[in-house]
Amino acid sequence: MSTTTVETSAAVTKDSPAPAPGRVRRRGESSPLAALTSHGILIVASLVALFPVAWLVFLSLGPDKDDYLHPGRIWSKMTFDNYAFVLQHTNFFDWLTSSLIVSLGTTLLGVLVAATTGYAVSRMRFPGYRKFMWVLLVTQMFPVAVLMVPMYQIMADLQLIDTYLGLILVYCSTAVPYCAWLLKGYFDTIPFEIDEAGRVDGLSPFGTFFRLILPLAKPGLAVAAFYSFITAFGEVAFATTFMLDDQKYTLAVGLQSFVSEHDAQRNLMAATAVLIAIPVSAFFYLVQKNLVTGLTAGGTKG
Amino acid sequence: MTVAIDRATGKRRGDAPRPGLGRRLKHSYQKNWYAYAMIAPVVVVLGVLVIYPLVYGLYLTLTDANSLNTARTIGVNHIDATYKFIGLDNYADILWGPTAYDRFWSHFLWTVAWTALCVALHYTIGLGLALLLNQKLRGRTVYRLLLILPWAVPTFVTVFGWRFMLADSGIINAALDALHLPTPQWLEDTFWQRFAAIMVNTWCGVPFMMVSLLGGLQSIDGTLYEAAEMDGASAWQRFRYVTLPGLRTVSSTVVLLGIIWTFNQFAVIFLLFGNTAPDAQILVTWAYYLGFGQQPRDFAQSAAYGILLLAILIVFTSFYRRWLNRNEQQLAI
Repeated sequence: MSTTTVETSAAVTKDSPAPAPGRVRRRGESSPLAALTSHGILIVASLVALFPVAWLVFLSLGPDKDDYLHPGRIWSKMTFDNYAFVLQHTNFFDWLTSSLIVSLGTTLLGVLVAATTGYAVSRMRFPGYRKFMWVLLVTQMFPVAVLMVPMYQIMADLQLIDTYLGLILVYCSTAVPYCAWLLKGYFDTIPFEIDEAGRVDGLSPFGTFFRLILPLAKPGLAVAAFYSFITAFGEVAFATTFMLDDQKYTLAVGLQSFVSEHDAQRNLMAATAVLIAIPVSAFFYLVQKNLVTGLTAGGTKG
Repeated sequence: MTVAIDRATGKRRGDAPRPGLGRRLKHSYQKNWYAYAMIAPVVVVLGVLVIYPLVYGLYLTLTDANSLNTARTIGVNHIDATYKFIGLDNYADILWGPTAYDRFWSHFLWTVAWTALCVALHYTIGLGLALLLNQKLRGRTVYRLLLILPWAVPTFVTVFGWRFMLADSGIINAALDALHLPTPQWLEDTFWQRFAAIMVNTWCGVPFMMVSLLGGLQSIDGTLYEAAEMDGASAWQRFRYVTLPGLRTVSSTVVLLGIIWTFNQFAVIFLLFGNTAPDAQILVTWAYYLGFGQQPRDFAQSAAYGILLLAILIVFTSFYRRWLNRNEQQLAI
């Protein structure tokens, strides 16, 4: 919950050793040695976290497709040619468009549906309430493999294979249950009295929801939207199976096609990967604080 | 009319004598129509997109459907489905048919090992880093931002980064060679494939654990530590008797989520190996391979694997919840 109140609480940790005799150390201060160790471990961990991504960026600057085997040679011939090629001569923008259509569609539809559900389960106890929550929880556990085959058959019957709508609907089935849980946790934090005040002032139940609760729940909605977006954007299995036309590939599928089709043009693949990673990570960093707060709030209050 | 509930007890306010069934139904409808109206969209979505496919999938597992005998349209010709009902033969064949060990049980054991190892690594590394980040430390924000990078970049991007690094003469083997260490064939040799898969997945999954546990650490009351220190508790005792119990709710939730996610982890193994590594496939990717990665596509067996997977997860989760309840813990989700 309280990701922002770092400085004030719980500063003593397990690795601050017992104070040495003769010198009194204040609480929350650790010995220079302990601090040094902490920094050492954190630096190593950060390097491990950073390296694969940095390596990808570095490789994307090498012009030949086998440069990843001889990284030393890249220094002397660094160029942005790969990026230019990817942007001009591949379907990158088509893939980007598909990814955006699918992700935004999922976000919009998913959050709308999840919000009404979350509100209903947060405010009302109706017959079948517990069973319903259990169904939402179990849906989280569905392995890809359970629904893949039947969905493929059903989508094929409905002529929805290779359409954006089909993929959006499939993604909604995974995004909606989680978002409903998340938003229920958020709606629970909005006091009941607000609903009651709205009702007393003559709003209909739906009016209360749309005019009072939704505006108050904006941060929660943002987290749910972000979660749906990221899930839809990064999904691989369904997108690989359901999208057949290479103009309609999402980025996750398009990226794989570099290895099979263009006989492993790894330099182009690396460049594409970087192009995808930059905006998504930037977006992630912008909202990550809300995401974490929302996840734990939804998680601990459910 | 909506039903207001008393937040403290979760019970409806006011008590009325229990009326007859017809009256009750009518009454319930009048009281709850609004709740049902709000839930209707999600019920439709779940019904159409989850329940119906699930039932249909269950039916498929009882047949011998594959891509050669299901209904399909080639050009303008429509070919009707010719698959037939064969009862539980698929399950029997998967669980104890000939070569069942190679097809199911070896993947099952590997999946269990994979899940256990990955979640254990996620949790311990995540907890360690969260503890380090929860100190007064210069540059803590920078560390935090760097450490969540694997979470920020989409998995399908980073896995390809790892593939470059793990390739036969990629950077990792070059470095190992320079140190005169053996250079395993990460992407060909079964043991090292498994090792690589666990390594990549650990790298991808630690940030989530770290961030969740850090949130949990920060919600522990600081005065508890002061009290423990006054009573002369050592650093280890403070960790064991203050930190760990304080993290219990968050831990039980993230561990369950971690287990479910890792068990179902598709992207890492699929993108790291494609169809080239039959022995390193966990059950999810193996089921995908049966249904979509081979010709003819074996829809029935693939769906049967899916149902078995779901059954395993549901059994596990209910035991987990029961175990938590026995220890008087609440699962947060």
